[in-house]
Amino acid sequence: MSEGMPLADPAVPMAAAPAGREEKGRGVAGLLLRSPAFLLGAAILLFWTACALFAPSFVPYDPFADDLLNTLQPPSAEHWFGTDQLGRDVFSRVLVGARDILTIAPLATIVGTVAGTAIGLITGYFGGWVDAVIGRLLEVMLSLPLIIVALLVLVALGPSTPTVVVVVGLVFAPLVARTVRAAVLTERHLDYVAAAAVRGEGAPYIMIAEILPNILPPIIVEGTVRLGYAIFTIASLSFLGFGVQPPSPDWGLSIAENYGVLVGGFWWTVVFDTAATASLIVGVNLVAESLQRALAE
Amino acid sequence: MKHAEIAPPVLELRDVSVSYRVRGRAVPVLNGVSLSLGKGEVYGLVGESGSGKSTVALAVQRVLPPNGHVSGGQALVNGRDVAALDRAALRRMRARDVAMVFQDPGRALNPSLTIGRQVAEVFEILGSPHGEALRRAESMLERVRISAPARVMERYPHQLSGGMQQRVVIAMALAKDPSLLILDEPTTGLDATIEAEILDLVDTLRREFGASILFISHNLGAIAGLCDRVGVLYAGRLVEEGPVRSLFRAPRHPYTAGLLRCLPRPGLRKDLSPLDTIPGFPPAPGSIVAGCVFAPRCGLADDLCRRVDPPLVPTGEGRLSRCHYADRVDRLPHAGGRPAALRNASGEVDAPPVLELDGLSKTYGVAPYAVHALRDVSLRLMPGETLGLVGESGSGKSTLAHALLGLVAPDAGSRMALDGAALAAEVRRRSPEQIKTLQIVFQNPDSALNRSHTVRRLIGRAVTRLGGLAGALREAQVTRLLEAVRLTARQLGARPRQLSGGMKQRVAVARAFAGNPRLVVCDEPTSALDVSVQAAILNLLADLQAERRVAYLLISHDLGVVRYLSDWIAVLYLGRLLEVGPAANVLDGPHHPYTEALLSAAPSVAGERSGRIRLTGAIPSGVNPPAGCLFHTRCPRRIGPICDTEEPPLVADAQGHAIRCHLPREKLGRAPALAPA
Repeated sequence: MSEGMPLADPAVPMAAAPAGREEKGRGVAGLLLRSPAFLLGAAILLFWTACALFAPSFVPYDPFADDLLNTLQPPSAEHWFGTDQLGRDVFSRVLVGARDILTIAPLATIVGTVAGTAIGLITGYFGGWVDAVIGRLLEVMLSLPLIIVALLVLVALGPSTPTVVVVVGLVFAPLVARTVRAAVLTERHLDYVAAAAVRGEGAPYIMIAEILPNILPPIIVEGTVRLGYAIFTIASLSFLGFGVQPPSPDWGLSIAENYGVLVGGFWWTVVFDTAATASLIVGVNLVAESLQRALAE
Repeated sequence: MKHAEIAPPVLELRDVSVSYRVRGRAVPVLNGVSLSLGKGEVYGLVGESGSGKSTVALAVQRVLPPNGHVSGGQALVNGRDVAALDRAALRRMRARDVAMVFQDPGRALNPSLTIGRQVAEVFEILGSPHGEALRRAESMLERVRISAPARVMERYPHQLSGGMQQRVVIAMALAKDPSLLILDEPTTGLDATIEAEILDLVDTLRREFGASILFISHNLGAIAGLCDRVGVLYAGRLVEEGPVRSLFRAPRHPYTAGLLRCLPRPGLRKDLSPLDTIPGFPPAPGSIVAGCVFAPRCGLADDLCRRVDPPLVPTGEGRLSRCHYADRVDRLPHAGGRPAALRNASGEVDAPPVLELDGLSKTYGVAPYAVHALRDVSLRLMPGETLGLVGESGSGKSTLAHALLGLVAPDAGSRMALDGAALAAEVRRRSPEQIKTLQIVFQNPDSALNRSHTVRRLIGRAVTRLGGLAGALREAQVTRLLEAVRLTARQLGARPRQLSGGMKQRVAVARAFAGNPRLVVCDEPTSALDVSVQAAILNLLADLQAERRVAYLLISHDLGVVRYLSDWIAVLYLGRLLEVGPAANVLDGPHHPYTEALLSAAPSVAGERSGRIRLTGAIPSGVNPPAGCLFHTRCPRRIGPICDTEEPPLVADAQGHAIRCHLPREKLGRAPALAPA
């Protein structure tokens, strides 16, 4: 009777009481660990995170070292993924290349999620003209192609890692805000909010201590989805020359540096970086999707 | 019933057991339930939440959720085993033989199709061409007593009131002329007068259509007024069955007896006696493996009960009881709150009122679309007393409460005063003292308690804010409050999800009392709760009032609850005060014709609703209220043109009993002599 009970049973006796959060946590974790999609996505993420953290110490070649005698070598036992125009080992560069994107993308996602959550809480909670004014402004932002907005700002400010983080984060904030606002609107009309108001609580307390804990699941899902898009956006920016700057072995940057030689049939200089980017995005999306499903149950 | 010997019963359950798979374990929710329904019979299935009564309905239709399955027994509709039907036959059965009406009509109707379209669709499925289907739909709506059905057919569901929606759903159910109609809590969530109308409708239709009805409800009064036979379900077992009158008059199972005693009946009042309760909680499904399922909560239980599961045995007059001591049930000891002597009579006569409302109005929107939710309401409430606020939905009860709590701002010119000091319209302009003084208990604790906070935090925060305590003092106060609402420190770490409905409401009460309030608004405090839990919460509220001299503004559509707790009663209609006075005077009369209709609409377990006054017509819209007396469009005692043109004044007698009606008092209705409780 202590564990096999339906969740909605009104007669749940107090025996199981203090197990509250863990019980729910175990529920979500259990569902995730039984989902093949999540396991695959998590494995991909773990792999790239490990590369980002430790690759410099175990890759076979220095990813920055030129070898002008061995440029554009095809994959071989010596250079598994071949070498690029400067004779750098592509395999080493791909592994180490995870580093920049896996720093910038999560930071940008955090900036975007935090800013978006704050905006969503404020517009959803206050409603009225606050919602109308901020809502219109966000709509204007959303109506422009994100990558163009980001590009323009980066051109104006000049590319640097902190700028990329902030710009990509702020570009994502309206999307997060939209999700958060919708979640706040459903919570806003529940009586616990009224009860807090009757108790004389201020708006910041109600938003942060009362409403926020109840809308964390959609925020977590939204954040994970945004991470996928952040990787995508930053790779694109790097490719265009406004993201990660040389000599970093970053994937987007490497593609940009080497796509010119594709015509000559030197496919290995580009394909592995592309595949790495794709695998990272797929991994994040698999995790996001399984998280969403698990939290919905 | 008469044909039962010849034709097979319309519905027969033979030892049906249903279990749900929860986290890999089978949890039994129904255990060997047998019952049968003859042609044209109305069978009432009573039970509290979690008793498995809705599972019965789902099992009959074979629409159990994916994790549920019938683990034993058979369900037969018109003599055919539901489990043995193939897909086509099952679809035919659902389309033609069995119809179902659920609790929430708003969710049973498609919001983006017109009513006409939806009702006609049923006829089209049954093979009528489009034009004929529309005609039949219209006549069907007429048969469920919808006036102007042609107009209603063009509307969308959200444009209809809850009562109208439920009529449409019933029309759709009856459109296929089913042999079995299952009504699952069809009136829960509707107002008392609307509820009575729907019950009347079902009562008339059963004769017109000859369908057998399985009526599932936790409302004993509704069942008593409508059903021929009743089955009482407890923890997945049928514990008693029999003809409705004799079963409710002399129950033969301690659970039924306990349920009936829980109801606040006429003649019971907070200062006279506490309500009976059923101690303990219903067991978790499958937790009781030996003995009688009710034994842990039963006042008659002994060793035999705890060892041997009693069989369902006949006790005469067509009745069955699953109790070893069916003949001793009338000796079931009373269980309830503390003795009445501890509750002193209410009201300090000379004390200044704790609450004064003067000319309180609230208008939403601007002319010409303005809705007058409240107009010129003046009320006062003495310390330690309860003012019951009665009226249908849309009468302005909740607006009044919200204005008082500072959640909506009343119109200019309204005056509210708490303990003699003016009360600002907005919470943040009120003094901390006023915020402490005025608190609220909401209707639904699931909504009122933050689901991600623990009980410690829920109550502790209120203690900090309202009581200004911190640290060890705060902990001590939380513990005291928990004790006051009969909870223990074991619940401190729990989140609302882990508590039963009654426990949650106790936490909500404890929170409201954190700062020693002098006035607590109770907004339908028990309507989300089961009968036995309701009694316990009412006792708790009455005890707290006696101990702490707190005043209540009680909003409820349940007149039993109002009658039990109130010292004063105010009746609102379209935002206007129609009657106010001491509870006894309002209840006994002379009363306003509207109050009279409300009182007569309340179903009672005695089952006599013969003297019921039927209100015709819908509640007028607040945008365009009637001229003259607001109630004249529905008033059964309208005297003439004066009612249409001139609004009567609110005239009080010497005892403070005020009525807004043109009729002289001696011509107004009175309560019939009180039936023995």
